Amino acid sequence: MTLVEEPLVQTPLHRRLGLTDAELTAIHQRLSRAPNDLELAMFSVMWSEHCSYKSSKSLLRTLPTAGTDVLAGPGENAGVVAIGDGLAVAFKIESHNHPSAVEPYQGAATGVGGILRDIVAMGARPVALLDALKFGWPDDHRTRRLVDGVVRGVGGYGNCVGVPTVGGELTFDPTYTGNPLVNVMCAGILTVGGISRAIAPTPGSMAVLFGSHTGRDGIGGASVLASANFDDGSAAMRPSVQIGDPFAGKLLIEATLELVEGGLVEGMQDLGAAGLTCATSEVAARGGTGIRLDLRSVPLREADMAPFEIMISESQERMLAIVEPAHVDEVLRVVSHWGLRGVVVGEITADGDVVVVDGETELARIPARALAIDVPEQLHEAAPPTRRRLAPAPGETPLAHDGLPERGMDPGAVLEALLGHPNLGSRAWVTTQYDQTVGTDTIEGCEHAAAVLRIKGTKRALVIATDSQPFVALYDPAQAAALAVAECARNVSVTGARPLGLTNCLNFGDPNKLDAYWQLSESVRGLGETAAALGIPVTGGNVSLYNESPLGRIAPTAQIGIVGVIDDVDDLVRPQFATSGDIVVLLGETGPGMAGSAYERLAGAAPDDRPPSLDIAREAALHELLRVAAADRVLKSAQDVSSGGLAVAIAECAIWSGLGAELQLQVAMAPAVSLFGESPSRAIVTIDERNWNSLARLASSRRVAARRLGVVGGDRLRIRLVGVGATGAAEERGAGVADELDMSLDVLRRAWTQALPRVLGKVA
Amino acid sequence: MKVGVVVFPGSNCDRDALHAAQLAGADAALIWHETTDLHGADAVILPGGFAHGDYLRAGAIARFSPIMGAVRAHVERGGLVLGICNGFQVLTEARLLPGVLRRNATLRFEHRWVTLAVERRNTPFTWRVPEGMTMRMPIAHGEGNYWLPDDDLDRLEAAGQVVFRYTAPEGNPNGSARAIAGVIDANGRVCGLMPHPERASDAVLGSDDGMLLMRSLVESMARVEVAA
Repeated sequence: MTLVEEPLVQTPLHRRLGLTDAELTAIHQRLSRAPNDLELAMFSVMWSEHCSYKSSKSLLRTLPTAGTDVLAGPGENAGVVAIGDGLAVAFKIESHNHPSAVEPYQGAATGVGGILRDIVAMGARPVALLDALKFGWPDDHRTRRLVDGVVRGVGGYGNCVGVPTVGGELTFDPTYTGNPLVNVMCAGILTVGGISRAIAPTPGSMAVLFGSHTGRDGIGGASVLASANFDDGSAAMRPSVQIGDPFAGKLLIEATLELVEGGLVEGMQDLGAAGLTCATSEVAARGGTGIRLDLRSVPLREADMAPFEIMISESQERMLAIVEPAHVDEVLRVVSHWGLRGVVVGEITADGDVVVVDGETELARIPARALAIDVPEQLHEAAPPTRRRLAPAPGETPLAHDGLPERGMDPGAVLEALLGHPNLGSRAWVTTQYDQTVGTDTIEGCEHAAAVLRIKGTKRALVIATDSQPFVALYDPAQAAALAVAECARNVSVTGARPLGLTNCLNFGDPNKLDAYWQLSESVRGLGETAAALGIPVTGGNVSLYNESPLGRIAPTAQIGIVGVIDDVDDLVRPQFATSGDIVVLLGETGPGMAGSAYERLAGAAPDDRPPSLDIAREAALHELLRVAAADRVLKSAQDVSSGGLAVAIAECAIWSGLGAELQLQVAMAPAVSLFGESPSRAIVTIDERNWNSLARLASSRRVAARRLGVVGGDRLRIRLVGVGATGAAEERGAGVADELDMSLDVLRRAWTQALPRVLGKVA
Repeated sequence: MKVGVVVFPGSNCDRDALHAAQLAGADAALIWHETTDLHGADAVILPGGFAHGDYLRAGAIARFSPIMGAVRAHVERGGLVLGICNGFQVLTEARLLPGVLRRNATLRFEHRWVTLAVERRNTPFTWRVPEGMTMRMPIAHGEGNYWLPDDDLDRLEAAGQVVFRYTAPEGNPNGSARAIAGVIDANGRVCGLMPHPERASDAVLGSDDGMLLMRSLVESMARVEVAA
């Protein structure tokens, strides 16, 4: 058996499989003997970073996971939280970065397929997909090819299986040029009593493998692709990318849900990374059982596959069901009704071992726990980089900034440039390629910051958002993760919804490098502290390390996904302006700190400027205010202030509604900070004039600042700057700043609409 | 008034169509494609999706599904059939409706809200639509570019078989000949359209215009039943 082509100089097999010498010793200890080649291959995929989280486990343990609504947390295929009416939502976000870099269409498509199977394995019907995509700057034709392939791949799978894609992020930055990020989030609905678990609890039960046949695609994806840095040899890794078949995926979803709903299975585990090795060892380890797996019964695409190939193949659209003997016939009938092949491939045993046999010949015997649970953790050292700029702690007196780059600024021109930036403009070029309305539940799709889906048969609606702050993370990863959690929770709260749970996808560099590990550990700290302070349990997620290429390391990217619920969909508040004559109100205080903002990336910032600080109590107070005001039907619209600052937030409300506004803004520090600063804990709301007193009372009782900025109406956006900093009075600024932003909505809309077509090409 | 919604492997709007038909007051049920019996359905809906994966040409395999024989017999008896999106594609592949649906002019999947002009209101599918009303509903397809040779299009129009056309403000989203979004057969019993009326089934989703079509269908059957 040859696992890898023999090089001229013999490297020991375990190293060629990505295992260290210390790990080989640990394997000897766990087996009390030397492993054979098949066993070594099985260990190599299970002990890979991708499957074992060996570098991040110690950090992830610090995350707050408890919550009254949590029904399943980290360690399951997906997190599950109760939403009321006897229903629950299963949700998770996962990365498919490296496969997408190698083969964008299949990489992205199988990313969607994989996360769908995770949700389905919990017994939930998937109702929403969101995809957070990060690419290099689109002036590079290779990047445009990647964008096109990934978008087609996400759509190709999601559209076909009939799960709407309702949101996500699209970010361009040179740090992602050699290593794009494809993070896909999925949410599904199930009944509280209908949770299925990835467990094999009973010796004597049968393991039924159903779905596609096992082939040579995706051999070693987990260990080869996901757990090493990228270099120019990436093209040679193409055989490691899995191939997706959304049609089979759709049939698999229907068959799996029918099995779960029929109470025919004891456990259900999807086959993803590390294929059969992972699925069998995890269900056995969780159940405290063993499993005897006969390779002769596994349906193969190619007859001559070696045992190690069968055991680590990542062929898509496969599922492993653990079934009582009495139910096997019925399970096979359901599976075959959906046109899929199902076979009994093994039996659950009491001895705790994963035993691989070929007929009567035993090929491997490994304790399930040794593969799935008892993995030696890798402890890494962290050290901050020499250059960093940490956000000031809340309450710390910020540096009074002269806002250097705003010299001679024309605020209207800056707003037009920001709206026309690919990171801030309309994502319609991408999102029109996704089916957003299949399922007939989509109230808000990809257009705005949060997706809203009704839940048929109830008054409730799901609200889902995903956010990240990679640009702040380049300065202060802990603060970036904190800001991303705050922003994501705010995006859910502005609709009137209550956040119920958080999932995260941690995309970082090589953990063996001191500063990369520092970025990871700081991000987890910021994430955990903020989620705990906001009372949102972390129910699971995914870690993607080694996101480095010869072009460098990606910006540290903690992608946050939050699911919330709104109890009465009639209380839903939407972001766009509603009616001419409504009052525009800014909730929350504007603070300094332009580092990491869209404005900084457009125009630069003072070299010692820092990211904005986050006062978590204020953030929480704002969220509560937004929910109470929504339930009291005080708000006509509500929009979160985030990327691009207040001016971009207001411009979006105007563009989306076709209604302008006439506003006046008090400038305390500098016009750029007031208009384009991205300090958190703020929202733009509109109300009917007669509700001003109610809103002011609700706000002041929660110590949230509420300022009237002006009125909705007209076909222009006018913001007059007043106050001490209005025109940039400091002498050293040179030319003053125009004291008014006055732009026609048509001009702003054109800039926003053309942002992506301008760089990616036209779609009619 | 029984509505049967056919489920091909790969159909993904079957439950949506079922829900909308029930909302319109029908006694509706799903029918698996391997049966050859419509279980007494007075009207059949072929829903959207990717029947059999649509890996060849949309609808090209589905027309061979066992249920299609029953659908054809149902049509020959004068029964009503509505094909939505993939269902429309299946009906053209089965030659139950004229024309072909090519890949969108953009060569991309397109999901958009479109506006439809209703060209014919004296059909069992559209009689509830008020005169002069345009309808808003989403499209979501990769192959919705309706095509026929010009002469045939002239004849189709002259025969009043064009039921829906894409119109302003969004206009034609996929390059369809003469902006045709939906057609009806010569007998006025089989109708297909690319946009999704079942998704425009509640104001909270952005429009409930599609319910006018679903109600037309369901209430036509009632009228037939009363007349019978």
